[in-house]
Amino acid sequence: MMHRALNRALIASALALTTSHVLAADKIKVGFMLPYSGTYAALGTAIENGFKLYVAEQGGKLGGRELEYFKVDDESNPAKASENANRLIKRDQVDVVIGTVHSGVAMALAKAAKSSDTTLIVTNAGADAITGAMCGPGIFRTSFSNWQPGYAMGPVAAAKGYKKAVTITWKYASGEEQMAGFRESFEKAGGTIVKDLTLPFPNVEFQSLLTEIASIKPDMVFAFFAGGGAVKFVQDYHASGLQKSIPLYGTGFLTDGTLPAQGDAAQGLLTTLHYADGLNTPRDNAFRAAYAKAYNNLQPDVYAVQGYDAAQLMQSGLTTVQGDISDKAKFRDAIRSATIDSPRGKFTLSAAGNPVQDFYLREVSGKENKVVDVAVKQLADPAKGCKL
Amino acid sequence: MDTSTFLIQCLNALQHGLLLFLVASGLTLIFGIMGIINLAHGSFYMIGAYMAFALNPLVERWLGGGFVTTLVLCLVLAIVLGYVLEAAFFSYLYRRDHLQQVLMTYGLILVFEEIRSLLVGNDVHGVPVPAWLAGSVPLGDILTYPVYRLFISAIGIGVAILLYWVLTRTRLGMMVRAGASNREMIGSLGIDINRLYRIVFAAGVALAALAGTIAAPVSSVYPGMGNSVLIMCFVVVVIGGIGSIRGAFLAAMLVGTVETFGQVLFPSAAGILVYVLMAVILLCKPEGLFKQG
Repeated sequence: MMHRALNRALIASALALTTSHVLAADKIKVGFMLPYSGTYAALGTAIENGFKLYVAEQGGKLGGRELEYFKVDDESNPAKASENANRLIKRDQVDVVIGTVHSGVAMALAKAAKSSDTTLIVTNAGADAITGAMCGPGIFRTSFSNWQPGYAMGPVAAAKGYKKAVTITWKYASGEEQMAGFRESFEKAGGTIVKDLTLPFPNVEFQSLLTEIASIKPDMVFAFFAGGGAVKFVQDYHASGLQKSIPLYGTGFLTDGTLPAQGDAAQGLLTTLHYADGLNTPRDNAFRAAYAKAYNNLQPDVYAVQGYDAAQLMQSGLTTVQGDISDKAKFRDAIRSATIDSPRGKFTLSAAGNPVQDFYLREVSGKENKVVDVAVKQLADPAKGCKL
Repeated sequence: MDTSTFLIQCLNALQHGLLLFLVASGLTLIFGIMGIINLAHGSFYMIGAYMAFALNPLVERWLGGGFVTTLVLCLVLAIVLGYVLEAAFFSYLYRRDHLQQVLMTYGLILVFEEIRSLLVGNDVHGVPVPAWLAGSVPLGDILTYPVYRLFISAIGIGVAILLYWVLTRTRLGMMVRAGASNREMIGSLGIDINRLYRIVFAAGVALAALAGTIAAPVSSVYPGMGNSVLIMCFVVVVIGGIGSIRGAFLAAMLVGTVETFGQVLFPSAAGILVYVLMAVILLCKPEGLFKQG
């Protein structure tokens, strides 16, 4: 008896919720699952800033619809990732999730989005699997796959005449995926990787590995580290004197956001990434000016661009369905076939939802990663394991 | 591996070990002598590094610069901090069980990290190497060794000798050793044990902060830097025998050697080698290499 009453109450409230859901459907619900605390807090804020800048430029609407924002701080904590994802997907019932920075968190988020058929736009995390083995019709990315920036350096290194390379990174997925990309293109161009050096994450005692490099004497070293590890590695490499005889190359993360701390040690380093300082295109200049104006002279970075482009992706999809986001298939097809006029340069999405984009060769000069050249034009991730 | 590479790797191991000893010595003092599990020890290391970063420009501006001035200033501030913390928090912990100690010191980690985030932000910062130590010495045909790293080693050896001398050759050291083996007895002999503990604790904090300050130019300062150091420190202290400075020194050398050569010879197992070493030593000698003393 008790049960029946309870059931009835539940059904009634469920019905009430459904009707209110329909009534409130005039706004599109966007969920930000980003790090707002911890090491990556600044990155999360930059992504949100970028997203909202584009929305503001469109008069506060995407596809003619207003947006309602929901925010969850994912703390870059993979252990809480599923729970946090479901707070947006199940509790807030958002239409689109924007996030996140940390790859482990993004994998759990992608899983939750896929199983609930919610559209997800990944705004930084580079794990290959997100647009590889785990790909789905509603999963997109505005950043990169780890494979991409690594692959982009191969042709550059080969063109400089290097035959023997040593790679060095932390022994974890992001690092190994980037090194795998480099190995693929460098070997294709006739080079050999003589040794893969790794150390446990987040260990920063590099001295023994630098000694090892000195005894191997390769033509070049290719490295991935980020944050504090990147600062220390670049400084140690400089202090070891190796730079004079064995040039150091890396993916862009080695010198992005770390230049003030790296100082002189980083000058002249060449790295590959999908964004750079000094692109000097009208699109990028306008974006940078608008961002600085909107956010109190804060300079935009690659994360802000990735957030900005997430809003652009939504806009292109919503324009096609004229704001009717309930037509998921059409909305997603429109995103997949869109050409995004990004500050980084125009890009499209692969079938798996990863950007097909130019990768820049950048040289550190002062506190900027100045563009030197395009390392690889319109580089597409192979989307290994994706069955879309 | 040829001979010259091997010798350079030995130097690396020695240098890494000495830095570990510098941080771990403070922990083994506090842990062994006062019986407190101090998880916040890594935070003191972090505080030392951030002080170096924050005070460096100030010292340059007001006191005409000087690395030694900064170092001394950091040390003084660390001692004051240690004194205050002992009086305000740690003095209530001596008679509590380990769980409460862990809870409080873990809480302190969170508090210190949050204060750091509020004061300095979450960016990675570099600290310049002082000009007179900025050079490097050639080592092998293409490798050079930064003088500053040799300086760190020298400080490490200096601290080891100083600690050994204080503990074995001075009255203060005698009281500390007595306090470690029998707290009640030393109290009944008319020695102010509370004052003694306050000194030991302040010294422990100062050692950790000193390590942080000195390591800052080579390690850069970044959020969470204390936590990675903390784990290695506990490994060193446990291997060496809790409370033993001699043990901590030997253990730091062992860990430094295993880490350095492990990374090169067994890269895929480098992450666990140190813990294997710890397990083996604890199996053979459950109380660590040296018992207290």
